Amino acid sequence: MRVITVFIAIVSGLAVLGGYFLQDFFPVLTQVQTLVLNWAIILAGVAALGGILNLISVHTGKVRHSEKGSIYSALLVVSLVVTFALGIILRPEHSAMKVVMSGIIIPTEAALMGILTISLLYAAIRLLRRRVDVMSIVFLLTAVFILLGSATLPFGDIPLIGTFARWVTQVGALGGMRGILIGVALGALTTGLRVLFGADRPYGGS
Amino acid sequence: MIIIELIILAVIAFLLLVITLWKRKSPAKLREIPALAQLSRMLGLSVEDGTSLHISLGSGNLLDVRGGSALAGLAMLRHIAERTSVSDEPPVASAGDPVLGLLAQDTLQAGYQTAGVKELYAHTSGRVAGLSPFGYAAGAMNIPQDENVSVNIMIGHFGPEVSLLAEASERGSVTNLGASDNLAGQAVLFANTQESLIGEELFSTGAYLGAGASHLASLTVQDILRWLIILALLGGAVAKFMGII
Repeated sequence: MRVITVFIAIVSGLAVLGGYFLQDFFPVLTQVQTLVLNWAIILAGVAALGGILNLISVHTGKVRHSEKGSIYSALLVVSLVVTFALGIILRPEHSAMKVVMSGIIIPTEAALMGILTISLLYAAIRLLRRRVDVMSIVFLLTAVFILLGSATLPFGDIPLIGTFARWVTQVGALGGMRGILIGVALGALTTGLRVLFGADRPYGGS
Repeated sequence: MIIIELIILAVIAFLLLVITLWKRKSPAKLREIPALAQLSRMLGLSVEDGTSLHISLGSGNLLDVRGGSALAGLAMLRHIAERTSVSDEPPVASAGDPVLGLLAQDTLQAGYQTAGVKELYAHTSGRVAGLSPFGYAAGAMNIPQDENVSVNIMIGHFGPEVSLLAEASERGSVTNLGASDNLAGQAVLFANTQESLIGEELFSTGAYLGAGASHLASLTVQDILRWLIILALLGGAVAKFMGII
């Protein structure tokens, strides 16, 4: 069984890769690539249903065993089932479904974003308590300079701070960002190749 | 142009294969990364004191460019599952993407199978905690606090919302370790965790946890490519300065 899964994964990966690189020489590979990607999209849709069932299973288990926070789990399961049922019966375009989206889900995520602002500020304050080193000091000082340089202050810009903040953003930070992104891209590339060769198998079997 | 890309990819693949075979024979020398040294230590401690590990895989989608970090997270999860599955409190993995959630379950199961304790695997130890980045952060926040977790390992695609998860863990006196392929996520993790991994260090977890020669070879290939890119950038700058290009 393990050999079959590895074989299917490698052949599918090579077909998609071949469809991208060799489409001019073997046009049929483009069709194969499209077919495999369509299958992947359908499977991802089925996986979404599996994920929801998993969510229900975990939270009903918590309710059954009266674990800590089970009231929230019960609320989650009830909300999920009711929203799912309404979505099936009324269809997603119905005004009631739009109210659920714009009146509950979007404001809740916006509220979480508000909490995130406070959480980030708190994390920055505690950074030096958690880890006192040169990088932490540079990190905090840079954040303070950027804030002072980009904030609209009642007495106007602070001399030199704005120029320094712009230099940090456009030269220092941009260079650093590019360096990090190149590193991440190289890491993703070698990880992808390992999966393609079957050296890493995140798809079943020991 | 596509042919040049194909040739580059083929050369990288060849390098990876050759260096993998070479790494099987020669021992690895790795520089110390404090976050990974701590992770290795915490894995042993969690088994000894009977606490659990929470591995957050983020909301990376395997069908787009964020898939690389998700795959790196899964490789680490596999190794952690093998090492900690016999603990009184087995590891819990959570994901913010359904496909990643299913693969996390499969990876955990394979880890248990390799460790010879397949019967201890529970399907609820691999979870989909939410379907959007904030939904995932909100859904996973309670795991470190409620489930006797001693270490919260966040490896995958995370944006700034990871701060909520790290903050919740810290309130529960849980040690945080983190890495993200997203720049905002990395900055937030640097401020929020005891130790964080920067940039490509995210992809080196397997090599440092002893996942095999292919992981070590990946690091060597990345180093070779990095030097080639540095030389190309410097060469380009010199050529531009001299008016050649």
